[in-house]
Amino acid sequence: MSIRSQSDAFDHQGPGEKAIGLTPRGAWNAFVMLLTREVLRFGRIWVQTVLPPMIMTALYFVVFGHLIGPRIGEIDGVPYIQYLVPGLILMSVITQSYANSVSSFFGAKFARHVEELLVSPMPSWLIILGYVAGGVARGLAVGGAVTLVALLFAELSVHSVLNLFGVALMTSILFALGGLINAVYATHFDHISIVPTFVLTPLTYLGGVFYSINMLSEFWQQASLYNPILYIINGFRYAMLGISDVPIWSTYAILAVGIVIAYLYVLRLFRNGIGLRG
Amino acid sequence: MSNAVEIYELEKTYEGGTRALKGIELAITEGDFFALLGPNGAGKSTTIGILCSLVNKTAGSVRVFDHDLDRDRAWVKSQIGVVPQEFNFNQFEPVEEVVINQGGFYGMTRKAAKKRAHELLKQLGLYDKREGMARALSGGMKRRLMIARALVHGPRMLILDEPTAGVDIELRRGMWDFLTQINKQGTTIILTTHYLEEAEALCRNIAIINEGRIVEHTSMRHLLGKLSQETFVLYSRDSVESLPEMPVVASRLIDNETIEVDLTRGQELTGVFDVLRGHGIVIERMKNKTNRLEELFLRLVQDDDAATNAEERP
Repeated sequence: MSIRSQSDAFDHQGPGEKAIGLTPRGAWNAFVMLLTREVLRFGRIWVQTVLPPMIMTALYFVVFGHLIGPRIGEIDGVPYIQYLVPGLILMSVITQSYANSVSSFFGAKFARHVEELLVSPMPSWLIILGYVAGGVARGLAVGGAVTLVALLFAELSVHSVLNLFGVALMTSILFALGGLINAVYATHFDHISIVPTFVLTPLTYLGGVFYSINMLSEFWQQASLYNPILYIINGFRYAMLGISDVPIWSTYAILAVGIVIAYLYVLRLFRNGIGLRG
Repeated sequence: MSNAVEIYELEKTYEGGTRALKGIELAITEGDFFALLGPNGAGKSTTIGILCSLVNKTAGSVRVFDHDLDRDRAWVKSQIGVVPQEFNFNQFEPVEEVVINQGGFYGMTRKAAKKRAHELLKQLGLYDKREGMARALSGGMKRRLMIARALVHGPRMLILDEPTAGVDIELRRGMWDFLTQINKQGTTIILTTHYLEEAEALCRNIAIINEGRIVEHTSMRHLLGKLSQETFVLYSRDSVESLPEMPVVASRLIDNETIEVDLTRGQELTGVFDVLRGHGIVIERMKNKTNRLEELFLRLVQDDDAATNAEERP
């Protein structure tokens, strides 16, 4: 067998001509390979990635839904245990999308196998797309698993299928991009837990997962409006229950702007090799 | 034949001010087996890092197969396979997946990458280990896995940074044979190594880099021709009591069957054999005592250090 072979995955331009590297078909193959690797990675360690959020959600339903929920009664005409469902599902999507990107990419940097991608002809946008797709896959897979757990405790309803998938998808994209930015800057394992612990978790808990901001005093209602996660969770709650503290357009506006800014930012990091190349 | 690599005025200054490369110029012919030698910290890995797009250059230009690295980076990357100095694959993946994934990142379908991965793993003696975890491989096997990974997309140029470090002699010879074979098939090979005999055995052309500058860039034959004196060890078939006068710089009897002779340029071993045969001494085998390239390498690097010190002296 000859070691040298010509592949239709590459552009075969002559000397002096502008050459692009991967053909569209080659780029698709590369994307599928990276996404497959990401899915297999979190699938192999499902005990660490999928199971804990399912157990955590079950505990939330037992404690907040069954034990405390009856004392709260209804919020906006919905039983409290049912009111919890959208927030808990989206909380899993947020944390898992972020966790997948940050842990996978930082792990690749730490073990240096990120170099497999950096020496390959994959353009920066395609590497970002692959990791984001991996984060989306994990976020939605865990979101789906948590929904199954929720079915054991509460009646599920869907007000708008389109908004349900739209918000969930855009949320997972945004937080997968966030995890990627975190991973690019991280130089120690400690750095990948700082943002989830000190930023994401507080913002999520204060973003209306467990309550409506109408239950807060005027000051805290106004303060909550500066929390972008509030808009995202309420958008998802609207998609499931038809109720929300904010208009649905504001959810999409926050998500779209966030995705564009995060993508352009991470693209700049990749292109300049910040945190990646010497 | 056109050049596989052309490097002009390449400079690299790292954050913190370390100048790793001080304007190196280098040309490597397509199909060559090229050695890049230098002491630790000389700039070898930085040069290779820039070629592979793992290091950003500060100034200068790099052309690979007539394409500018800055303009056609993705295309240039598609033509290169890299075997780095340190293990940089996911140790928690099965062996074959490491190779298949890399094929995918170069745009191959999974099916094509798998077929090719199996062929390469067979050639490199890793096929039986293909389903095991990469972390379970020995050091030598991990090196061969990185070679398989670098070749999966059929690159026109293979860059090897210390590929046989920590590999035992038998495996090293096997890898030499393999690399020689793929070079004969047309793949340009650039090699950095600390085993100078490796460069001497494999490479046709050589550059020596020291403190970020190229101090020698020539053919291996020409470089070795610069040696002024070499020592050979001759093993006699029978016991030798004393040595006759010989046309050499010096000769010594180490023991009853071992003779050492120092030859300078212009002196030939055939003259030594003629004299010994005339005195009834039959030589069964011989070897070159010194590592010739190592001697030259040290001399060139020391000369360069001395010149640099003289320049820097006020």
